[in-house]
This record gives sequence, C-alpha cells and structure tokens, in this order.
Amino acid sequence: MSDISQSGPGGAGWYDLFSRGARDWLRHNEKVREAVRKHLPQIVAGADVLTGGASTVRVPVRMLEHYRFRLRPAGEQQGVGQGDAKPGDRIGRPQHDGEHQRGQGGNEEGTIQYTLEFRIDDIVDWLWEEMQLPNLEAKAGRAREDDWTREGWDRRGARSRLDRRRSLKESIKRRGVQSATGVDPTPFTDDDLRYRQLARREQPTMQAVVVLLLDVSGSMGERERQISKTFFFWAIQGLRRQYRHLDLVFVAHTSEAWEFPEEDFFRVTGTGGTVASSGLRKVRDIIDERYSPSQYNIYLFYASDGENFPSDQPQAEVALEDLVADCNYAGFLEVAPLAGTLPDSEIGKLFLELARDADNVGAYRASGNDDIWDAVRHFFGRQGTS
Amino acid sequence: MMIEDWRSQIPNIEALARAQGLKYHPVEFEAVPDSFMSEIAIYGLPVRMPHWSFGVRYIYQLIQHRMGLSRLFEVVFPGNPGRAYLAANNSVAENVLVTAHVLGHADFSANNILFRRSQQQVGERIVEQAAAHARQIAGAIQEHGLERVEAVLDAALALEQHVDVDQDLRRPRYPELLPERPRPADDEFARRFAALGPDTERPSSSGPPKRAPVPPHPEKDLLWFIAQYAPEMEPWERDIFLMVREESFYFYPVFACQIMNEGWASYWHARLLREADFLPDAAYVDAIKCHSDVVRPTASGENVALTTNPYHLGFSIWEKIIEQHGLEQARRIMEEDDDFAFIRNHLTFELAQELKLFRFKGPPNGVLTVQEVDLHRLHDALLAPKYGFGAPTVSAAHVHVDGKLDLAHDHVTDGRGLDTERARRVLEYIARVWRRPVAITTVDSDNRPVEISVTP
Repeated sequence: MSDISQSGPGGAGWYDLFSRGARDWLRHNEKVREAVRKHLPQIVAGADVLTGGASTVRVPVRMLEHYRFRLRPAGEQQGVGQGDAKPGDRIGRPQHDGEHQRGQGGNEEGTIQYTLEFRIDDIVDWLWEEMQLPNLEAKAGRAREDDWTREGWDRRGARSRLDRRRSLKESIKRRGVQSATGVDPTPFTDDDLRYRQLARREQPTMQAVVVLLLDVSGSMGERERQISKTFFFWAIQGLRRQYRHLDLVFVAHTSEAWEFPEEDFFRVTGTGGTVASSGLRKVRDIIDERYSPSQYNIYLFYASDGENFPSDQPQAEVALEDLVADCNYAGFLEVAPLAGTLPDSEIGKLFLELARDADNVGAYRASGNDDIWDAVRHFFGRQGTS
Repeated sequence: MMIEDWRSQIPNIEALARAQGLKYHPVEFEAVPDSFMSEIAIYGLPVRMPHWSFGVRYIYQLIQHRMGLSRLFEVVFPGNPGRAYLAANNSVAENVLVTAHVLGHADFSANNILFRRSQQQVGERIVEQAAAHARQIAGAIQEHGLERVEAVLDAALALEQHVDVDQDLRRPRYPELLPERPRPADDEFARRFAALGPDTERPSSSGPPKRAPVPPHPEKDLLWFIAQYAPEMEPWERDIFLMVREESFYFYPVFACQIMNEGWASYWHARLLREADFLPDAAYVDAIKCHSDVVRPTASGENVALTTNPYHLGFSIWEKIIEQHGLEQARRIMEEDDDFAFIRNHLTFELAQELKLFRFKGPPNGVLTVQEVDLHRLHDALLAPKYGFGAPTVSAAHVHVDGKLDLAHDHVTDGRGLDTERARRVLEYIARVWRRPVAITTVDSDNRPVEISVTP
C-alpha cells in the first residue's frame, strides 16, 4: 500500500489533507442549527421541561435541501426497466438511493432525519439576549440556608468518607517510627484511618417558589393551554436566572382547585365554570403550609381566559389582595383571542385594579404565541425597573 | 501480484489499445485512497469550490458506502493529459480492467464532438482549473465573508444546469441597438413605385437607432445572463457565476454522452482484455469476473430491475453496432453522436427485446404496470431525464425598467408546471444577487398560469 500513497503529488498522507466533504457537512450542520434556533421557543416549550428534569432538548431535523427548479410531481411515473417482465405485469415501486431512511407517503426524496441536541441553559441565555428580556430583581438576603461543607479529618466516620490518601500517609508515618524501633510493622491499623468530616455552615442564599395557577375550565381549549404553558415556561426561566433553587407549585382550578405534579398539570381537563377565588385560596393554603413568606420569595403567575362567575368577584378580590401582600410579584395572563394587550375580563380587571396602587402586580393579554415575549417583557420589565 | 505489477502492465495495455486503433491524449494514472474517490464522486471534480450542499451529498455517499451500495473503481477526467484516479484498494486484476476501461474513455473524450468542443472552450486541464476556482472562492470568502459568498453560490449552483452549451463559453453581450432594417433593393419595381409621386418616396432613414430589449429573445443561459445583466452585481460575484458556468460546460458532455461513453469504455475493456495474452491466467479470470459484475443489467440475485445500467445498455448497443457495421462505422458514430442520437438510431426493436427492456408506468407511489412494447416510447422514457441537462426549461424573458427580472417556464415543452415551493426558494436565491424583484411564470396542476414573485 505504501508505494501507492507515494505516487501521490505530496507523498504519504497527501490525500488525508482532503476532507472537503466533512468540512461542507459541518457547514451544513451550522446552517441547520441556525434554522432550528428560530423555532426554539416553541420547541422548548413543547417538551416537559418545566421542572428542570431534562437539561437538553433533542430536536429532530431534516437535512437541508439546496433548491433547484423542478417540475411538479407527475400525475403518473414512468421509466425503463430491464429483466424478466412481460406487458401487463404489475410490480412494486421503484427503489431509489437512500430509500431505507425515507419517510412515508408523498415523499419523493429520500431524506435522512437526525437529531440535534441543545442545552436548555444555552437556549435560554441565547433567547434572553435575543429577545432583550430584562432580568428579574431578586429579593435578596431575607432567607438563609444551611449547607454541609467538608471540613477537617477525624479517626472515626462513615466508610464512604474514608480518605485513602490521608490514611496511607498516616500508615507510612507510623511504619517509619515502628521500623526504627525494630518492630515488624503491620501495613494498616485502625488508628491509621482518617475520615473526612462535614460541618454545617450557614450560607447566604435565596429561595423562591413560583406558583403557577391555571384555569382548566371548559372554556380553556388546547390552544389557550399551549399559550399558557409556553408563557409559564419562560416566566420560570426568567426566575431561574436569579435563583439557585426554585420550587414550582402547579395548581389547576375550575370551581374547585387541586395541586398537581408537572407531568399531569397540562393534561388536566376540568368541566364547569371558573371560580377564581377557589384557586387563589388553594394557593394561599399551600403557601401557609409550606412556603413561609419570611423564608421564600413568592411569585404567582395566573393564566386564564378571565371569565369569572360574577357572584365570585367579591371573594376573588379579597383572596387576591390577601395573596398579593405576600408575593414578590403576581402576574395575570389573560389568554383570549382579542385585539389589544390590556385585559378586560373579570379577573383581569381585579389585577389591573391592584396594579394601580402596587408595583408588584401586573396583567397582560396574549392572543397568540407571538404575544408571549411581550408578556414576559411586560411582567419582568416592570418588576425590573421598579 | 503487487501494485507494481499493475503499473508494469500499463504500457502493454496501452500498446494493445493503440494497435486496436484507439486515439487518445496521454493519461496519467494515479491510485488514490477510498475517501478521495468518494469526494470525487461527490464534487464531480477532485478539487472543487466549497458549498454546504456537497456536505449533504457527502453524508448520502457515506451511508451508501457503508451499506456497500456503491463501489467506485475509477474516475477519469478528459484533458491533455487525461487524469485517471483508481481506487487504491482495487485488486490488481481490477486495475488491469480499469486501465483498459480508462483508455476507452480517453479515446471517447479525445474524439467525440461534444467533448472536443467542450475542451476547446473550457480548456484541457479541467482538474487544475477547478482547483483554481476553488482557490479563488476561498480568497473571496476571506475577503467578503462566508455568508456573502455562500449566498452567491446558493444561486449559482442552483442554476448549474441552466446554461446554453450551443453558445460560446465566452459569449459577447447582446448588441445594444436594434439592427437597422435592411433597405429594400433598388430594383426596377422600386424605381417605378417611387416615380408615382412625392408621397411614395422612401424616408431616407428610420430615425435614430433603437435600443434593443434585454434579452432580445428568451435566454436559456441563466448563469450567463445574470452575470452579464444583473443591475448591481459586484465583479467578484459575477466571477463566481462564470466559474460555475464554466464547470457546467465541462460537465455537459459527460452528462449528455453517459450511455455511449460508459458503453464504449466497457466495450474496450472487454475487447482489450480478450486480446491481452500477456496477462497471467489468474488475473485474466478475475478481470473477466469483474467485467461481468459491472456490466450486468440487474443486481445479483434479482431478475427484474426498474432501472437500466448505462454500462450494460451502452455496451450492448456498441457490440451490436460493431457486429453489424464494423469498427470504422462505430468510430464514426462515437465521434458524431450524443446519447439522444445514439439511443434513437441504434437501440432497435430487436435489441430492446433481446435486452429485455420494458417500459413501466403507474400512479406515483403506486403499483407499476409493465407496458406493451413500443420502441418510440421506450426511447422517450429512456431519454426524458436527459433533456435540457436534466432541468426544466426556464429562460429569462424580460427585464423591466425598474430592474425586475421576469423568468418564464416553458411548461408546454416540459409537459407540466414547476414545483412552486422549490421555484420560490430558487427565486429567493436569485433575488439576493439580482438585488431586484424576480418573478417566474408557470402553470399549476390544473394548467392555469401562475406567477411566483420574490422581492429581495
């Protein structure tokens, strides 16, 4: 083989210099990434990533096509074949190159699908820059948290914290002394062993809880929920940029209210009307039980079409006022296919009323996915500048 | 046998070829690694300009290769000298066969009229020229940035097939002015007519010469037209268009003579091998086996294929021609024809029967039915993918005063309209270099005219 490569222009290894195919393939992938980036908000919000279990999203992509003028698909295909076939014989479809990966139906070109992986943190950082979203001011220094740190060694301890390096040093020291006195030393004794110790240290930290309250009454359709979900996702991402620990609470309500784990939250369908006070009271209960306002920064985001029962308005007003007093911020997203960004539903009006006197309350209307960025900007911007 | 044994056989094979009447420019043989072979297959040339679309082909090629679907024995580039690249992992027997095959190609490209004309225009050192293009484009990327160069290549390579090889490669711009109408001859009739009275006197001139419209007639060569007449194209962008066009002029005869050319090379490797009494027996048998693997109508283990193998088809037609009309006549056909003439004139009814060729048709994605034998339609179905460099018939029709470019698709010739989504994307590519709106007319599925237009 070696005499072959020497026959090339530059001797051995000359042809290894050519990897243009791989280079152009990398460029293709770069272009795919650029294209995918534009759709990231929808892609990301579509996945079950709110509680932060997954740190990456996998996006199925197709290879890009370099377009050329082509005729539209013919009403019938024809061609020339060769072999043992006589007129009238019926045969299967022609096989093209790359057909092993072909999608089903109407797909004339064999296309290869593959998966790109994106880190959610990167996506969020990138989007925050791109969308010029403001950072949310955190409530600092109110809560403290205890954490364990490593500190010193001891002769006793849990097996798992055995420090072998340190123990070996002790053994060598001991054997050095013992062999000087003429005793034949044993390799290890219990006295040689050293264990790492942990100490409780107070660490300044910031804790926060986000309560997501969703109206799941009959009037909230698939589309409204998708908008709510996407909004919640980005609201949470905004808070994550500020808080190391973020607890999430999911509450759904119709005329009653329930707490759910994330995976069930967006699938819940309720029947019946909207009684906002039941949801707000449920949130109150959860806060009283688990999230003391003295320890937690509390954020409430409420998504609904806002059509509350008129008879519930007084109770809802009381419950909301009570809740807002303990919240860093309370935002209401009115999901309704109407023009304008100022909510005018029953619940929307309650929030707007409060927002006049307090800067930790806001309300915004989203009629489609495109409004979500504005909503996030609206809530966070106001909070940020206050 | 070692690789050197193959090299030592080259002069023997060449001597035999020349004795058989093959006339060709010297060929430089080189054995290259597999990876290099596949890159040649992807780019069409050993060193060619970078573009992401080649990356897509690269992956398809890799997958096919892994699945053992494609094996490349050789690639040969016509020129003086011709350059032949042989896969380094060919066995010696394969290389002997491939060498003979390459000489067949070299003979074809040195004598066939399309190849001769293309080499006259493009030059005889396409490998070096394409490499120079690649270098020039690398320089443009340095100077103007990848994005901008890529935008130009997106458009130029998308229009790769839209050239007019009947015109010269280096073609002058259209005349600026309309030609003056020739004055009627000053004959007996004219004199008598003029004598009828003062109002019959001919005006001495038809006024100042008029500017000719651009284009004066529908223009097929879109690469040339855009490079020459785009309102605001920069010189380096024009250069890229003209480079792509030059490479298309090189590719055209390879495309338009594929069946003839592969058939001719296969005929000669078989014939030279038969007469190569200097080969050891083992090598001879291996080489013959290799020949029958390459030149066979259907994949092994199958007895019906829905494609034709150009090697086998061309080989069979040449064998028949030489059997019936002799080698001299065959050489004349080789020199003068392209695949269109070759198939229409020499794929006879009897030969089609003998080769078990059949025409099939059916609904898209549906069951196909084998059709009654009809030679004329069989020819048409074989040649349909080859018309117009394999691309729809699109021409530049008009440039408006504000610079808007109108393209026209000849749906009558092509039998149906364009795929509108793809057409729109191509217009987007073009609009970025034309820098004015671009539109195209075609028809929809109900044969109603549609216009697609794109603004940069």
